[in-house]
Amino acid sequence: MGIIVIFMVLIAAVAFWWLSRQRLTAKPWLEVGIIGDVGGRWPPTLPKAKIGLGVFLAVAGSLFALLVSAYSMRMAMVDWRTLPVPAVLWLNTILLILASVALQTAVAAGRRDDFGGVRSSLLVAYASSLAFLFGQVLAWGELVAAGYFAADNPANAFFYLITAIHGAHVLGGLVALIRTTARAFDGPETSPPRTIGELRLGVELCAIYWHFLLLVWLVLFSFLMHWANDLVSFCRAALT
Amino acid sequence: MVDVTHGVAVPVAEVGDVELYHPRSWVTKYVFSQDAKVIAIQYSLTALSIGLVALVLSWLMRMQLGFPGLLSFINADRYYQFVTMHGMIMVIYLLTALFLGGFGNYLIPLMLGARDMVFPYVNMLSYWIYLLAVLVLVAGFFVPGGPTGAGWTLYPPQAILANTPGQQWGIILMLVSLMLFIIGFTMGGLNYVVTVLQGRARGMTMMRMPLTVWGIFTATVMALLAFPALFVGSVMMLLDRVLGTSFFMPSIVLMGEQLKYGGGSPILFQHLFWFFGHPEVYIVALPAFGIVSDLISTHARKNIFGYRMMVWAIVAIGALSFVVWAHHMYVSGMNPGFGFFFATTTLIIAIPTAIKVYNWVLTLWRGDIHFTVPMLFALGFIVTFVNGGLTGLFLGNVVVDVPLSRTMFVVAHFHMVMGIAPIMVIFGAIYHWYPKLTGRMLDDTLGKLHFWVTFVGAYAIFFPMHYLGLLGVPRRYYEMGETAFVPPSAHTLNEFITIAALIVGAAQLAFVFNLFWSLRHGRPSGGNPWRATTLEWQTPETPPTHGNWGKELPVVYRWAYDYSVPGAAEDFLPQNQPPMPRTP
Ligand code: HEM
Ligand SMILES: [Cu+2]
Repeated sequence: MGIIVIFMVLIAAVAFWWLSRQRLTAKPWLEVGIIGDVGGRWPPTLPKAKIGLGVFLAVAGSLFALLVSAYSMRMAMVDWRTLPVPAVLWLNTILLILASVALQTAVAAGRRDDFGGVRSSLLVAYASSLAFLFGQVLAWGELVAAGYFAADNPANAFFYLITAIHGAHVLGGLVALIRTTARAFDGPETSPPRTIGELRLGVELCAIYWHFLLLVWLVLFSFLMHWANDLVSFCRAALT
Repeated sequence: MVDVTHGVAVPVAEVGDVELYHPRSWVTKYVFSQDAKVIAIQYSLTALSIGLVALVLSWLMRMQLGFPGLLSFINADRYYQFVTMHGMIMVIYLLTALFLGGFGNYLIPLMLGARDMVFPYVNMLSYWIYLLAVLVLVAGFFVPGGPTGAGWTLYPPQAILANTPGQQWGIILMLVSLMLFIIGFTMGGLNYVVTVLQGRARGMTMMRMPLTVWGIFTATVMALLAFPALFVGSVMMLLDRVLGTSFFMPSIVLMGEQLKYGGGSPILFQHLFWFFGHPEVYIVALPAFGIVSDLISTHARKNIFGYRMMVWAIVAIGALSFVVWAHHMYVSGMNPGFGFFFATTTLIIAIPTAIKVYNWVLTLWRGDIHFTVPMLFALGFIVTFVNGGLTGLFLGNVVVDVPLSRTMFVVAHFHMVMGIAPIMVIFGAIYHWYPKLTGRMLDDTLGKLHFWVTFVGAYAIFFPMHYLGLLGVPRRYYEMGETAFVPPSAHTLNEFITIAALIVGAAQLAFVFNLFWSLRHGRPSGGNPWRATTLEWQTPETPPTHGNWGKELPVVYRWAYDYSVPGAAEDFLPQNQPPMPRTP
């Protein structure tokens, strides 16, 4: 349950930081007139879609944190038997890092109004994400071929479940990525500033989502590889 | 008073950059509508309809307990199925959906001075997925084997073993329905949260929001974080059931036969379930707390006592409720040190809750109390809640919990706190806001009748049940059998409870009748029949039209509780009323 506790503490920290800026100690019954929110900004400056994505990532984060917590709880039981982790996962990890980097490049290119750069980076991100998914399927195939079926034991079942849920999130992201890419090919050079702004925002949202997917994958991967457990037992040994 | 206007004139047409989606046809206006008000009504009607199903199930259960054998189609399996479906529908598909999807959708944009939710399309999807979830749930009644009878906690391994009713299809449909519900809720929840964060009118600071919005907002945040636990649990159990994996299933010998399962951990499910289940209690309670605060303040013509403390208490309860999930697992045997930690946090959560109760009472103190129907229900809530809270302190104690946890005492307790109490608020809220939805008042006489029968009836049902629990009558038993320790008087009591339950149920039908009858024949209400301060009562039209505010968004100058302000012309000042020019 360690992971979910850490996650909730993080969420609580963000919530407190935000609440601390909402003048919770104000005495609203004494204040008449217009008060802006902090800094008096109205309407709010951050795009709604970005806040929305942030909230969604908190939900998805909770989902993955619980999944990993359940996994590590189960691992801690005495009868745990591991399964060999296919080597292709290393390659997949690199692909996902590549996608993330490409999207960050796209964001930077968008800021410079370099739409050619945006287009090519988006395509790279798209291709490497697809390759990542393909690689995951290969990993499954390899395990099945070696006789590790989901129904055989909990370790196998967890492996398939975790990779599948992560994969589903990548797949969902790809839909958004396609739409953004289509927009980037829709001649932004000649569009009004508003459309360009939307494109920039779309690219940025994709990038944020992919960084999240990468982060989650790295955590999952470290659990699948049992590094996380080694780390925990190392800490425990160091403390006692 | 501090004047924070700084003498700046307010720009006239400060309309936010909300680009409204404009419906073109009847279908997009009333069926596939993206207007939060329509979605709210759709959510509410669906939730109330499925709630009626759960009500009928409770009659059937009570018939069996009070008059065993009278309804011959109820056997042990059926009884378990009724218990399960009743519990699950009430908690999730009625209360959660109605408070957040129903009231949330209607009140958040209107109370905050927004034109709509921030992502209307996603909001629409949210409702349709919810409807689908309800349909899948109901389908359980029609498949071979019927719905699942595993109890609303769905504990494995029993939930998916062959000797549990509904093992063929019922459990699958239940899990799928829950997953759909969670997906749909997440879509709605994103809207509620982001609208509160980003959609408030000019001048509407967080500390000027009505407590209703605070309650719904905090509950939504909690639900968004807690429901994934149920989602993960459902996915895993579904795989156990369908693909034969062993996430939760230990190796089992059933009727002399070794099942294919092995190596799963049932405790893992319990952790996941209660990580969701405990916050769920407060997900239902916090909107109720918020709404009650507003009802009391409005109908007692007094500002809410300790607004700031109320806000802090809501936030504190939200945070603490995540810490205490394991107190439900006393019975499953855990490290005593942990047990102590969780028992303590359970008691600590009582503090902010108690603060809220004091503040309600102090708000009522020397108020100009109007005994309107919403007020009656609000008062009924407070009494019921306090009552249930006291028995809860009993159960929060590890030592007492173990012998009582499987008896009717628990059933009576949670029906008081999380059954009857929130339902009281829902009724009060419907009587309060119905005029805004329809432009007409609900019939008062019927309303008062509804209140008194429901309130007195609820006590007649659940008070004796505590006593049955102390006698040792177990829960989830469809008949007593030869239980020598239960005296025969218990049976008379059971008959009494059943009759009370039937009467209370009939009163709900009167309420449903009232809802439809008043639509045509109710007294016209005007825009602000309760003379309330909050923004939803200040719309240019009643019922509010698409976009809520006509040309200009409202501007907020004060908090939501300016009642009986000395020196004001009326006994209330709407939130969008500019400050009076100061006389030199
Ligand atoms: C007049 C109204 C109601 C009556 C007569 C009633 C009656 C019952 C009965 C007889 C049981 C089964 C007890 C047992 O044998 O274990 C039960 C269980 C339950 N009820 Fe109600 N109920 C009512 C309203 C509600 C409401 C409003 C809620 C909403 C929270 C609710 C939630 C539950 C839950 C969660 C269970 C437990 C299900 C389980 O054990 O799996 N009930 N109710
Ligand atoms: Cu609890």
